[in-house]
Amino acid sequence: MHCTINGNRTEMVIDPRTSLLDFLRDHLGLTGTKKGCNQGACGACTVLVDGERINACLAFAVQYQGRSITTVEGLSRGGALHPLQQAFIKHDGFQCGYCTPGQLCSAIAMANEIERGIPSFVTKNLSTETALLDHDELRERMSGNLCRCGAYNGIVEAISETFAKEPA
Amino acid sequence: MRAFTYERASSIEAAAKAAASNPEAKFIAGGTNLLDLMKLEIETPTHLIDINSLGLDKIEPTSEGGLRIGALVRNTDLAAHERVRRDYGLVSRALLAGASGQLRNKATTAGNLLQRTRCPYFYDTNQPCNKRQPGSGCSAIGGFSRQHAITGTSEACIATHASDMAVAMRALDAVIETVKADGSRRSVPIADFHRLPGDTPEIETVLERGEFISAVVLPPPIGGRQIYRKVRDRASYAFALVSIGAVIQLDGTGRISVGGVAHKPWRIEQADAELPQGARATASILLADAHTTEQNRFKVDLVERTLGAIIAEARG
Ligand SMILES: Cc1cc2nc3c(=O)[nH]c(=O)nc-3n(C[C@H](O)[C@H](O)[C@H](O)COP(=O)(O)OP(=O)(O)OC[C@H]3O[C@@H](n4cnc5c(N)ncnc54)[C@H](O)[C@@H]3O)c2cc1C
Ligand code: SF4
Ligand code: FES
Ligand code: FES
Repeated sequence: MHCTINGNRTEMVIDPRTSLLDFLRDHLGLTGTKKGCNQGACGACTVLVDGERINACLAFAVQYQGRSITTVEGLSRGGALHPLQQAFIKHDGFQCGYCTPGQLCSAIAMANEIERGIPSFVTKNLSTETALLDHDELRERMSGNLCRCGAYNGIVEAISETFAKEPA
Repeated sequence: MRAFTYERASSIEAAAKAAASNPEAKFIAGGTNLLDLMKLEIETPTHLIDINSLGLDKIEPTSEGGLRIGALVRNTDLAAHERVRRDYGLVSRALLAGASGQLRNKATTAGNLLQRTRCPYFYDTNQPCNKRQPGSGCSAIGGFSRQHAITGTSEACIATHASDMAVAMRALDAVIETVKADGSRRSVPIADFHRLPGDTPEIETVLERGEFISAVVLPPPIGGRQIYRKVRDRASYAFALVSIGAVIQLDGTGRISVGGVAHKPWRIEQADAELPQGARATASILLADAHTTEQNRFKVDLVERTLGAIIAEARG
């Protein structure tokens, strides 16, 4: 049984009870992905599976055989931070940093959802294929990631600078 | 978490048979509800049947002009589907009002219908709860009951059904298609699918042991202004206190289904008929048998006002 983690083929020898989050953190030592609530309510554990964001705490690792998983450790390219990581530093998008890995993965997938035309609750017209990343859209789409430190202003600025066609 | 064995189902029929032959087996779809409850040992299956590779992830037109939604279609994909957005906007809106982007990527159509209540006492294994442990009592009656049901309740349980999507599907008269362990199939109108708590709040739907949901069918589109309003304690990523899914036609007639007030999506066809008379007339029929607590009495007014806002929006 294998999956691919941050581009590396990884063997999975695990008890079926192991969540994807515990597999990443405890079995592989990839502790960038954080455990906040462990029940789907905070987003700290957000990772990308084949490019889509999910909560790793509500996933059994055995269900991810053959899939490709990206964690915060896999966002940089050749030692250079992802532009969104750079923007988080520039805009003070964190204080303690605990929610940051989840915020980063979530925002990257969110930008991709916008590109694919996926609507949100605040999208005014469902019949148009395009959604803009304005302030309301960004906040609604990122509502699955809580920040206990309340660094939201910096987070919103960093994400909109990186992904918005027009500033939020 | 209790130990379990894990298999990937090879066919719907095999999955239904395997689940029927083992009372401790459960299907797992997105897992966003089941896994949560397994961690808390509220659900304790000893065998999990993973149904994700059965290919039930398609949305197809029916010969009647409706839409057949595979049981495993993810909430994100259903909400974003071009036909759903165009003809069943209520379903898109209701789905997008629920959970978060991450959760909707995993959550499935069937799993969403079968999600269990968010009653805090159901979640707290130290407290009595008839739904979790039949016969132990209901901690919500006489306890913290602000979120609880105001109609269709029983002496045994006052929990609500938490799904937003189901509220929209009830307004649209969706039909749930299933496969039983003996291979036979049936279609259950959503009105008959979820049960009221009565004396057996642990039995939440009419599904038999092992019965598998293969699809949900939406009847041909009925047009109208389709509006979903969800009132909650924060603007996003919270369950409803009250939610209303409405389809209002140009002449003011329509249908409404209400979430957050009962053990199932709450719709009374006689109340629909009152819609042209306004929110008060409609709500008084909808909630004619309301049975409230000190803490959740506010929901009666909230239903009427939310309905008033919807009617105004539909006219505007
Ligand atoms: C933090 C949080 C917030 C949430 N907020 C909302 C919200 O605001 N609104 C809302 O509506 N929901 C909300 N949800 C609930 C979410 O929508 C459900 O957990 C999800 O829809 C369940 O789908 P699933 O595929 O993950 O189900 P699973 O957890 O896989 O399964 C749920 C149940 O359905 C059974 N099952 C699954 N598929 C089938 C099938 N084909 N046939 C027979 N039985 C089957 C399983 O055996 C299990 O008992 C929230 C969840 C979380 C964790
Ligand atoms: S309302 Fe229902 S689910 Fe909640 S404690 Fe009472 S019996 Fe349990
Ligand atoms: S740890 Fe997964 S959502 Fe909080
Ligand atoms: S930076 Fe501390 S939780 Fe967000």
